[in-house]
This record gives sequence, C-alpha cells and structure tokens, in this order.
Amino acid sequence: MHGRPRRPAKPEDEEAASAKAAKLRDLQAQVLHNHHARTYTKEAIGLSFKLLEINPEAYTAWNYRKLAFQHNVKELSDPEAIKSAVDDELRVVEVALRQNPKSYGAWYHRKWLLSQKLAPMDFKREFGLLDKLLKVDARNFHGWNYRRFLARFMGVPDEDELKYTMDKISDNFSNYSAWHNRSILLSNLLIQQNKGFESKQKIFSEEFELVTQALFTDPSDQSGWFYHLWLLAQTSSPDNPQLIASWPSSAAKLTSSLIKEKDEQHTLSSIWSRAVPIVLYFNEPVKGLNQSSVNLKSDLEFDKDIQWRPLTMADSGYSNCWATYLQITNECSSLQEYSVEVSLPCSDDIVSRSGSNYSCPVHFTFNIELISNNTAQGLDLFDKPVAWNCSESFPSHGNRDPIPFDLLKITSALVEQDTNWHFERLSEEIDLFRELPDDNSNFGKLTLARLLLACAAIKSRGRSLTERKGYCEEALGLFTDLIHLDPSHKQYYEDERSLVLMDKLTCDMETFMKHCSVQVQPNSAPLNHVQLCRLSLTRIGFAERLLWVQKLDLSRNSLRSVEGLEALQHLAFLNISNNQISSFTALEPLTKIISLKVLDLSFNKIGAHSIDTTRYICSSPFSHKIESSEAFEEYQKVNINVEEYWDAILFFRSLKLAQLDIKGNAVASKENFRTLVMTLIHCLKWFDGEDVN
Amino acid sequence: MAEAPAHDYPTIEPTSFDVVICGTGLPESVLAAACAAAGKTVLHVDPNPFYGSLYSSVPLPSFLSPDPSSVPLSPSGDDSHTVVDLHRRNIYSEAVDLLLRSGGSHHVEFKSVEGRSLLYWEGQLYPVPDSRQAIFLDAATLKLTEKTVLFRFFELVRAHIAAADEDVEGEEASDKISEEDLDLPFVEYLKKQQLPPKMRAVVLYAIAMADYDQDTDCCEKLLTTREGIQTIALYSSSIGRFANAQRAFIYPMYGHGELTQAFCRCAAVKGALYVLRMPISALLMDEERKNCLGARLTSGQDILCQQLILDPSYKVPILDAPSDGSDSNLLRKVARGICIISKSVKQDSSNLLIVFPPKSLEEQQIAAIRGLQLSSNLAVCPPGMFMVYLSTPCADTSTGKQCIKKAIDALFAPQASDSLEGHLKETSENNEDLKPTVIWSCVYVQEITEGTSSSLLSCPTPDEHLDYRSILDSSKKLFTDICPNEEFLPKKSAAVYADDDSDSAE
Repeated sequence: MHGRPRRPAKPEDEEAASAKAAKLRDLQAQVLHNHHARTYTKEAIGLSFKLLEINPEAYTAWNYRKLAFQHNVKELSDPEAIKSAVDDELRVVEVALRQNPKSYGAWYHRKWLLSQKLAPMDFKREFGLLDKLLKVDARNFHGWNYRRFLARFMGVPDEDELKYTMDKISDNFSNYSAWHNRSILLSNLLIQQNKGFESKQKIFSEEFELVTQALFTDPSDQSGWFYHLWLLAQTSSPDNPQLIASWPSSAAKLTSSLIKEKDEQHTLSSIWSRAVPIVLYFNEPVKGLNQSSVNLKSDLEFDKDIQWRPLTMADSGYSNCWATYLQITNECSSLQEYSVEVSLPCSDDIVSRSGSNYSCPVHFTFNIELISNNTAQGLDLFDKPVAWNCSESFPSHGNRDPIPFDLLKITSALVEQDTNWHFERLSEEIDLFRELPDDNSNFGKLTLARLLLACAAIKSRGRSLTERKGYCEEALGLFTDLIHLDPSHKQYYEDERSLVLMDKLTCDMETFMKHCSVQVQPNSAPLNHVQLCRLSLTRIGFAERLLWVQKLDLSRNSLRSVEGLEALQHLAFLNISNNQISSFTALEPLTKIISLKVLDLSFNKIGAHSIDTTRYICSSPFSHKIESSEAFEEYQKVNINVEEYWDAILFFRSLKLAQLDIKGNAVASKENFRTLVMTLIHCLKWFDGEDVN
Repeated sequence: MAEAPAHDYPTIEPTSFDVVICGTGLPESVLAAACAAAGKTVLHVDPNPFYGSLYSSVPLPSFLSPDPSSVPLSPSGDDSHTVVDLHRRNIYSEAVDLLLRSGGSHHVEFKSVEGRSLLYWEGQLYPVPDSRQAIFLDAATLKLTEKTVLFRFFELVRAHIAAADEDVEGEEASDKISEEDLDLPFVEYLKKQQLPPKMRAVVLYAIAMADYDQDTDCCEKLLTTREGIQTIALYSSSIGRFANAQRAFIYPMYGHGELTQAFCRCAAVKGALYVLRMPISALLMDEERKNCLGARLTSGQDILCQQLILDPSYKVPILDAPSDGSDSNLLRKVARGICIISKSVKQDSSNLLIVFPPKSLEEQQIAAIRGLQLSSNLAVCPPGMFMVYLSTPCADTSTGKQCIKKAIDALFAPQASDSLEGHLKETSENNEDLKPTVIWSCVYVQEITEGTSSSLLSCPTPDEHLDYRSILDSSKKLFTDICPNEEFLPKKSAAVYADDDSDSAE
C-alpha cells in the first residue's frame, strides 16, 4: 500500500509483538523439526499453515509445503482428490497473501502450483482474484508479475493485456507497474509485428501523446516520466547496434617496430610492439564478437587465433568496446607496408542487450608499416621522469601526421532514413516541454535535457554542427540549474553535464584541435597528446573519440571515476592528478590498458575514507572477483598487509608502470605503502619523482 | 384515489402537539424529522394529496394543469412515465450527510450524474475536468498547459483542505493558503494561480458553483477564495458516498419528491403523525393576536401547539406585514425551463450537468445558467427521452425567460416536424453532429422567499441554487429556534432505525 504515514508504535503494540514473536518461534521450531524428519501428516502440514498465516515470509515453510504436497499427491489417483489438494494449497496461498499481499514466497508458491499442471485450473477465478487485488493496490508489482505469468501460461494475446494496462492507467495514471507492463507488451508486439503494430513510428507517436497527458497533468508524479524515458530511449537510439569507431581507423597508416621477443622483458615493451591492438567501438553494448563475426584479412603473418575481449568492468559479456591483439609474427628486416582488412558483415552472433542483431555491414582497411628497429624506444632511456607541465607549449602538429580522428564515416548513411521521423518527434517533444508551466519540475528539466541531447546525437550523424552545439549549450544550462534545484542528485547531474561537456569539446575537429597536439619525446616516436584540464569533469564520456590518444592529461578536474578510459588501448601516459578519485577500485578500468606506462595519481582522495563507497557504484569492483585470492596468499608470504591493501594490490599488480606519482593521497602517507608499490610493480623506475634505484 | 369528500376527514388524536407543520416541502420535512428525532410530538399535514409541496415531483399531466394539486394522481396510468420536478437540483454535500445521519438513505435510491458536467464555452460544450484522472483523460479539449495549471490549483486546494482538516493549532502549516489570499475575491486568486479564462470559468461556475458574473467589480455576489474553496471541499467530499453513485452529484430515483418523502418517513418512524389532504383553514391566535396557539384544520378540528410551521405558499397577512418595507427590493427570482428532448446532449452519458457561465450566451447574461439532464434510468421519463431542467437567477421576469430561451436554443434544435418525415435520410447520415430536438418545453419564473422565524415559522421556497445547502441551512436555523438545545438530526438517530424498513408514513 502506498502513501500511508508511519506511526510510532504504542506500548501495547510492543507487548502484542513480543507475544507474536514467541508464538512464531515456537511454530517455526516445530515446522523445521517436521521438515527435517520429513513428517508430512495432516497435523504437521496444518502447523506450517499456521506459521504461514502469521508470517507468509517463511520460505522454509513454503518449501516444506512443496515437498509435503508432492509427497502426498503421489498417493492420490482420483483426479477429484488431486484437484481438491491443489485447491487447498491455493487457498493457503490466498490466506497468506491476505496477510501480506507482497509476499514473495506466497506468490512463488502459487506459480509453482500452477506450473505443476496437476489439475485443470480455473483461470477465470485466478484473473478475478487478481482483479480484486489490483483494485485494492493497483501498483502491487507481484500482482502484475503474476498477471504476466498467467497471461503467458494461458496464451492471452498481448493486445488484450495492453488494453488492460490502459484501463488501469485510466483509473489512475500514477501506476509504475501498468506503465512498465505496457513497455514490455509494446516491445513484444512491435518485434512480432502483430496486426496494428507494424509501424513503430505510429505506435510511439501515440504513446508519446498519452504519456504527455499524464506528465502535464501532474509533473510531480514520477511514473509517467519513467515511461517517457523508455520511449525516448526507443526513439533516439537506432534499432540495431552500430559500429561507431575503431582503432586503427579506416585508411590509417601505422608504424610498428618489431622488437625481438627476448628483448621485451628488458625494454619494458615499447609503445609499438609486435602486438597491434584493434579496437572496435559500438553505440551500445553488444556481445558475440569472435573470429567468425569479425573477419580479418591481411598479408601480414599473424597468429590466427584471434580472441576478441570485451573492454568493460561488468561481467555481463556485453560491452561497447571490444579489442583484440594481432600478434605479428613477420620476421622481416626491411621496411615494408602491410594492409589489414577488417570487415563486420551482418551477423546474428553480434547482438545488443535488447536482442537486436548487428545489421550494418562495415568494411575498412588500414596499413601497418613494420620498422625493423633494434634500438628500443622504451622509457628506460629517459633520464628524468616525464613532466606534465600544463603551461608547456606544444609543438605544432601541422599537417605532418593528421590525427586519425573521425574517419570512420560508416554509420551516417545507414541511419539517415529513419532520422527524420526521430528528429521531428524529438523536436515536437522539446517544444512541448519548453512550455511545461511547472518551472521547478526536476523531471521536466531533466527530460528536456535528455531530449536535447538525443537531438544532438541525431544531428551528429547529420553533421549540422551549429545546431548540435546549440542543443548541447541548452542542455548544459539545464544540468547546471538542476544541480542547484535538486542537490540530492547533484552527482548524477554533474556526471551528465560532464558527458555533454566532453561531447561539446570533442564533436568537431576545430574545437577538439585546441586540446590536441603531437608531442615529440626524445628517443621516441611522436605522441598523440590530448589535454582536457580544469573542466570540472566528473566522469569520462565519448571515449570512442579518444581511441588514438597516447598521452592524456585530465588533471585538475573533479573525476570520481575513470570508466571509459579502458577503451584507450594506446594510452601510455595518463595524468589524473588533482581529481576526486577516492579509491583504487575506482581506477579499475586502467588495469585494462596494457600500454600504460606513466600514471600520475597525485592529489586525489585515495585512502581518505576508510570505507570505499565506490564499491557500490562501480559496476563490478575488484571485490567481486575470486581469482585474486591466490595472489593474496602469495603477497601474505612477503609480509604485505592484505586486509589493508587488498585494492592496492589488485590494482598495481596488473599494471606495468615505469613511473607513478601518488603523493597527496591519504594512502601514500601510510607506512609501508612505498615498499608495497615497489613489490607490486617490478618495472617501476620513478616513484613520486624519485629514481627508485 | 379520488379526492376524498369533506366529511371523510379523519379526527386527529391527540389534539395537542409540540409542533404542527403544514406542507411537506423539503425544509418542512427535514424539520419534521429533526423535531421528531429530538423527541417532540409532531403533526405534519399537507393540503395536497401528495408529498413535497413545492418540492414535489408530479406526473406531466398534473404539471400541465394550472394547479397541480387539483389533478388527482393516477398511480397506474401511462402518463406517470414522465415525472416533472417542480424545481430541480442536484444533491451533494450536507444533504447527503443529513440523509445518512437520519437514516433517510434507506428510503431513496440514488443515481449519480455520471456523465461529467459540461461547460458551455465559446459556443461549444466542453467536459468539466474535476479530478486528476479527468484532467489526464481529457486529451481532446484540454491543452497540456491548462492541465498543469488546473491540476496544480486542485493540489493547492487539496493540500489546504487536508491541512485545515488536521487543524493543528499554532503549527503554521505551509500547505495552507494564506489568510490574505482567502480574503481575496476567488476570481483574483484564480488569476494569481495563472488559470486561463476558460479554466477560471470551469472552477468558478462548474465546480465552485458561483451564480453571478465574477469578472465584474459591480457584481452583487463576488465569491471570496474562502467560500470558493469551501464549495470545492464539499464537491470533493461528496464523491462516491453511495454505492451506485460515484460522482460528486447524485440525483434520487423517481424524482426529487422522493427526497422529501424520505425525510417524512424518518419523522414518522420517530412518531410524527401524518395527514395528507388536510389544509389548514385558520390560525388560532391568542387574544392580542400576537402568538399563535394552534390551527384549525379544514375538518373543523382545532389543534393546539407550541409551534406552527407553515409552507411558504401560505400567505398570512400578519406574517408578511413586518418584513414588507425592508426586504422588497431584495426579492429574488429564478427563471426555470423544462425540456423533454429526443436524445442526450452528449453521447454515451445520460445524466449530466450543463453550465453556462455568465456572458457565455450573450453580453446581458448576468448569471450562470445551469441545466440538469436526466434520463429514463432515473425513472423520470420514458426510455429514449431525456429531461433537461434549466435555471438561472434573474432580476426580472422577461430577462430571466430570455436567458433560459437562449440556453435552450444553444443546446437544442427547435422542434421541426418536417425533418422527422421528409428528411429522414439526411438526418440519419450525420446523426452525431445534430443537436437534440425539443419535444416539449416550458419556461417560467418563480419568486424566492426566505424562511421567517417568529412564533409562526414559515419555510423558504426553492431557491436558485443547484443544491440544497442554503435551504438546509435555513431549516437548521428554524430548528434551533424551536429546540435551542437539541442537536440537529444527531447521528445516532440512524442506528436505532436501521432495520425498520416498513413504510409507516401514511
């Protein structure tokens, strides 16, 4: 039930509660005893009913009843007797649900009974009961779950169920469950292309209109906004996943120096090694990239066993970003150019979370120039640590080596046909929400911002730059307003603002170039350098535009997370000093960057809080992984306090850094920390500006 | 049931009562029930052979005859399919409460005015959005921004009412509307809440039930925010009180006459004595001709009483005399129209309320006109037909009648006999767009008199309002004159009576 104020308990209530508890404990003990002794007599089952009548949450009692039911029903042969046994069991569930209409155990028990298919079910009665329940509490999601179960069980057409959700919304539109079920049913109907549901555009236009009625009636009610969010997501993103960026990009020319295998350990491996990474970046998380779904063709000799790995912190198997390493085995000594062809045909293997498959075939080629160069370009040749001086003037990049940026113009043509409707629809919505009279509606502002960004995204495919920037500017203003209006969700708005800011800075060549340069290091190939400092960024976005970056300066922002950087498989130098990083778990994405050599973490908040809250924010923090336990044992042997430094251990052991700066963090002042880092990173040369040796 | 000859008048025992009431109109009946419930001995007589006096519902032929009371009732005749209320109105709020309290609800069956109210605005009828869901569902006529401001206003009122109900003294609830705003004219407050004109009309005339134009300064009755919000509170608390009547307005089955009878029955159960067809022929006065001691009935019998209450149709010279000079210019009139029409004003709804805000029909229209459409499901007219009662307060007879006629013209097509015969095809083609045809109509003007209280009490006539609030208020006032220390229809009186459904009224 919703909207009921909580009242303080009275003393007599407490007495009753303790009496109830005593009775419950007694009953529970008896039921458990019967359960262990496998006593399935009438009296024993009766006891379990008594327990469930008071406490429908007693899972064991439900399980006991299942066993008892199965045991007893086996002995029955008369269909009438079986039916009455089923009915008795159903009645128990009803009694329990009357006590608590949201009891998981009770609802599950009912579903279980029905799935046994022991007796013909009176579905009219089931739907009748459900109607009654939903009349009392129209939002009870257990009831809605059960309704979906029944509908599937009986084969009720989705159209009928869709009508039912409309009835409930007409009764009271403040019904999350009804809106939610509507989104599920509509998705099904549209996928199945049922009669009347052939045109996604028509259906969605109608749905937009419907939900707008609710939003404008009561902007403070959230249920409609959630549905609108779903509609927006369906409208603004293409139906099928698309490849939006790659490294190397199309027609790129790379140079790769071959380093003799045996040298690798001594030279700390160089920026260009025998292994050439290929990174593919999709517009939405996909899975299913493998040797057959991605074709690689080349006159190079490479290890044919290609493994595509998702670059993500989550274990779901879905990722925006996928990478593989070409292990080049050529033994050539002369200067030579090889081409590599990458093609992604339409594939049923590659699917998005919503189940749609990859259907925008892409084909591109890049060239690799192999340089036989035995003079290693490793960092070990540097005689001083790499400096991150912000005021340092960058050597002009000129036209010498155009930054391979935005060269993958593969998707624009394919999306074009649908874009018109999408854009018109979104523009209409924007005009509407600009008129929303409730000036202080957080959801109104947030939705407007999302609509603007969706428009900007569509415009990016159409390449209307000024319009796109206009949308971004307005969205930025809205997020800034929201940060003040709704301080409890400040961090979310800041993150969203950071994304818009990143988009704005990187969306066109001209703006982006102000932050890009090519740096020439002594004894090393020129580095693609990007500097995004003092922008109040709290998170990283649009990593697909940074895939080519080798040196990245993100210092003096407010970064709380570096998620997204894992896509930068080329990154060797990273500066995230003077940010808000609060733990090593927040840095987990960096462990995916094999090429990372220089890391500046100084003046963050690592170790400032004894409790690592990012653990709950990160999609899959270190702590969820088991494989590390062996490593811990190993480190315990060399006297490292594993309890205290578990996250530092997991972080540093996967990095091959040559230079680390970590001063200005609480953790750095801890005893033994320096020793710990030395033990964990064998190849470290510079630590906080000092030569380790 | 032919008219009884004079010598058949029954003799009434005893000959002395606490209260004698003549006329069975609503205020009289309510008073009878209240007095009986307070333990007074009550004699309730009516010169007519039916209950209700001015508040009765009579079959159409009786209505058409110049004097309704002279036409005998024909209980089994075909004509009784059509019942005409001598005045018409919806019930809500306190009347409902009173019915529940007195147990009168056992005797009447209600139907709600289930189609939403309609507002006549710029030549068209719009549904009145009166709840959150109604605002949400009305996608056709409400603009999106109108939805937001209207609902925000409703929320404001709801929060205010809730805060007022909790009534935490001293703790200044921020939800409450400020005292300053409460004293503002309601229309100004609505403007302050940014309600566009149409939404203001909805709130003022269709929900807060203002009668006179609120947009002019020289208006006689400018509603204050306080009053407006009280009416809205009443409106919302009236929703769904009876099982088969969910909406704010309800209407009794078989016409309004039933309502007075329900109260009479309550009185009878409490021991009141009822005699119909018993006019009073004379008043018994004391020697100074100041105090009334009783009444002489047409039967010739003298009945003594402490309090005599009269139907407003009795003109007693000594009563009229004192009020003569001061009140004459305040004499109010109400113009009424009754139509029987061929089909509903709005498809798919049978019983509904139509509101014409002031100036919506013509510039001279000074007051709101309200119309109530009733269908055969209330057993007031034959199936397929609808009755529409229109009323508006007016200053003089001719403008009042003109207003009502304008409204009839706006709603209905004139009775065209040839269209029924000659152009049948044409009419059936776009049947939905056609206005309903008037089968029968009449327009009349009625004067309103207030109740007076002295030793001889006179009850008010039906007034121009849509509901019974002011009539019940004056009944309550009369009751406190009679029984200063008694509660007006105390709640407990219903419980005692709950099971007794036998009709002991006659």
